[in-house]
Amino acid sequence: MNKTVNQKAWFFVLPVFLMVAFNALIPLMTVVNYSVQESFGNNEFFWSGVGWFEQVLRSERFHAALLRQILFTSLVLLIQIPLGLVIALAMPRSGPWVSVCLVLMALPLLIPWNVVGAMWNIFALPDIGLLGKMINSLGIPYNYTRQPISAWFTTVLMDVWHWTSLVVLLCYAGLVSIPDAYYQAAKVDGAKPWAVFRYIQLPKLKHVLTIAILLRFMDSFMIYSEVVVLTGGGPGNSTTFLSIDLVKMAIGQFDLGPAAAMSIVYFLIILLASWLFFTLMMQDEGR
Amino acid sequence: MQKRYLIPIVYIIFLMLPIYWLLNMSFKTTNEILGGFTLYPHQFTLDNYATIFTDPSWYMGYVNSITYVAINTVLSVAVALPAAYAFSRYRFLGDKHLFFWLLSNRMAPPAVFVLPFLQLYSSVGLFDTHLAVALAHTLFNIPLAVWILEGFMSGVPKELDETAYVDGYSFWGFFLKIFVPTIAAGIGVAAFFCFMFSWVELLLAKNLTAVEAKPIAAAMTKTASTSGYELGLLAAAGVLTIVPGAFVIYFVRNYIAKGFALGRV
Amino acid sequence: MAKITLDNIRHSYYPNPQRDEDFALKRVALDWADGGAYALLGPSGCGKTTLLNLISGLLVPSEGRILFDGRDVSTASPEQRNIAQVFQFPVIYDTMTVYDNLAFPLRNRGVPEAEVDKRVREIAEMLELTATLRNRASGLTADGKQKISLGRGLVRADVNVIMFDEPLTVIDPHLKWQLRSKLKELHQKIRRTMIYVTHDQTEALTFADQVVVMNNGEVVQTGTPVELFERPMHTFVGHFIGSPGMNLLPCEVKDGKASVAGTVIQTVNAAAVKDAPGKLEIGVRPEFVSFAKTGLPVDIVKVADAGRFRIVETRGGGGSIKLLVKEGDAIPEGSAHLSFDPARTQIYRDGWMVGAAP
Repeated sequence: MNKTVNQKAWFFVLPVFLMVAFNALIPLMTVVNYSVQESFGNNEFFWSGVGWFEQVLRSERFHAALLRQILFTSLVLLIQIPLGLVIALAMPRSGPWVSVCLVLMALPLLIPWNVVGAMWNIFALPDIGLLGKMINSLGIPYNYTRQPISAWFTTVLMDVWHWTSLVVLLCYAGLVSIPDAYYQAAKVDGAKPWAVFRYIQLPKLKHVLTIAILLRFMDSFMIYSEVVVLTGGGPGNSTTFLSIDLVKMAIGQFDLGPAAAMSIVYFLIILLASWLFFTLMMQDEGR
Repeated sequence: MQKRYLIPIVYIIFLMLPIYWLLNMSFKTTNEILGGFTLYPHQFTLDNYATIFTDPSWYMGYVNSITYVAINTVLSVAVALPAAYAFSRYRFLGDKHLFFWLLSNRMAPPAVFVLPFLQLYSSVGLFDTHLAVALAHTLFNIPLAVWILEGFMSGVPKELDETAYVDGYSFWGFFLKIFVPTIAAGIGVAAFFCFMFSWVELLLAKNLTAVEAKPIAAAMTKTASTSGYELGLLAAAGVLTIVPGAFVIYFVRNYIAKGFALGRV
Repeated sequence: MAKITLDNIRHSYYPNPQRDEDFALKRVALDWADGGAYALLGPSGCGKTTLLNLISGLLVPSEGRILFDGRDVSTASPEQRNIAQVFQFPVIYDTMTVYDNLAFPLRNRGVPEAEVDKRVREIAEMLELTATLRNRASGLTADGKQKISLGRGLVRADVNVIMFDEPLTVIDPHLKWQLRSKLKELHQKIRRTMIYVTHDQTEALTFADQVVVMNNGEVVQTGTPVELFERPMHTFVGHFIGSPGMNLLPCEVKDGKASVAGTVIQTVNAAAVKDAPGKLEIGVRPEFVSFAKTGLPVDIVKVADAGRFRIVETRGGGGSIKLLVKEGDAIPEGSAHLSFDPARTQIYRDGWMVGAAP
């Protein structure tokens, strides 16, 4: 579109700018404020420079939470992206069943996140939950409130249940937008199904997959409510991811300085990683 | 039926299992739940639902949630419309930077904002109001709405605007009577996603409220911790939170694939 | 290379077609000889793409059979029929180079690499793509990409028929004629059966030896471009081909003579008109109408300049009549008389030319 230059457009943008600035800039300023100051109570603050940052970046607690988070996000991406893609590929491209499928698949996406956690909490209970009972009856000792492995298994499974549909919907939308002529040409060229996937479907899905990966990365990196309701971050610390640790510090322990410093580091990590992902995946487009 | 259709079928069954279990629990008495393991309610009861529908401390939770979600959706979309229009039609000083800054807020972890929001909204006297949660959620929803709407608007050629002006419409006349109906689908998609993200987000909603505007999530946590472990009641509450979502999806079912197809989620 | 026979094909996109309207193709019976250049011409929705897809094997006909060299291939896949198809918009494999795109159909069939190289270079040379062979296919212009699509069809030596589904749609106008000539040139060179679907009469008439005109799921007329122009069997052909299209006037026939609003008009087939129900019309192309001292009286309505000639629109005889006047020739004012070339004036009943088998 040929856009005209018009500075008066700022009036249109002003409401948005003001509201987002109010919600973003002011709190961020507060956070930055706390992150560079120290207080011994009594509302007396004095400058502490990068002290909190050093403390956070060196703290084992932070490292542990970060590692757990990276592991969680990696597992989530490794499972959900291919799985979502496979399901989207397996779905019929048109017909009466399509909207039934899509509606049912979209359901987990609209459940409040704490309810997702509560649902899985009940579902995975060792003796009265369907999942818990099934696994235990197979002879595998399973109790997510006691064993870290079980807790991780349940948490990852819960996230797969919760969010894979997003990947499916995105990939499916991308797939149905591929004109029939491509599939017809492939037939005429004698291409096998794998070649069709590799040379037609995958390239055309690149844009959509990038969005899916970005979104899943960001959202899984910020995960909070579901995990808290399911495991509370435990047993012990085993499922305490970055957001959970941060909230514990900020609201639970009211450690303003470290919490603020951690917040900034946290936000920066996400921004940086997202930017990296995005640039990497969009590399080809520029050529 | 082709064999590959088994994959989505198995997946959907997997999705329905925990929901079924929740439904199952919601119709059982606490005794039956704790007493043993049954695949369906042997003593079917509607008591759990009755409690929720009659006890204000429960049903107000739903009312509150729907209230702030509605406020947020209307607010976000209304404010995003002119902004998206500006991004789609004009170039102005700092436009690219503004756009990226807006999008970056989508990447902000709510956990980072909990405490600052608490302080901010308390200081302007909005703590424990629907408005507070609605406003807090605009941090993520406005950028999203702007992004989605801008995408749809860019698909409408500028010639439409120019024709309207030639025909004598004022700007607002054109915008409200011609432009908005043209992008109605886009508004629907934006509203849907705003509804979705506001309805499901609970960290901020819980921490910015206490009694008056307390969302259903808070009521549910209360049950789990204080009055013992009334699983049936909890389950029923959970089921009822799924209902609005199911309704909304059903109504937009024809647009789900189309809306995602714009690649702008 | 193959002779293609369409044996009473009817096709519907509905599972249980009941009435005629449910059929996209109502009845098609055609023979196509080996190595010819054919065009399927008709407006949007006439069924030409359906017919094309039936021949290529992307669709299986609801009724009837398709024969290649006498062999029934109605249910055979496109691969088995050995056809090639070029689509409306360029269909290329974006991630591959031009070379790999052209090599793809051969590699899929297990052709040895040395042979692949030879064929790819041969075809690239023919299509003037040799310079871009090592480039990524996605970087080419629209016409370059269509050439790749075409190339993939040509690269297989054993192709029976190459089909084109409105292939010049996305090409820039000034490149269209270039590609069109190239296609004709290619056909002369390799002499493979080519079937070209289009709604553009210029494309059809310049490319094809034989044109099949379709409308509403039926074949209206088959013939050479000249035949279609001079002897349209159906008013649709008269109207669709030629610009401006054929003039049609309601007429009466008595005692073997046709008359329009009282004036007697000499026609080719007035004698063949039997007394039977149906709307009778006289059809004559503007090219074969001229001003005369006597003849059908008309009023001049409009004169439009079309470069080397002018199109004069007149009213009379119960309708509007257009005629072409060469640049420089005089045009009378107000009213005049028109005469029609008797050898090029036909009578139609309900659209079909009288005396010709439908």
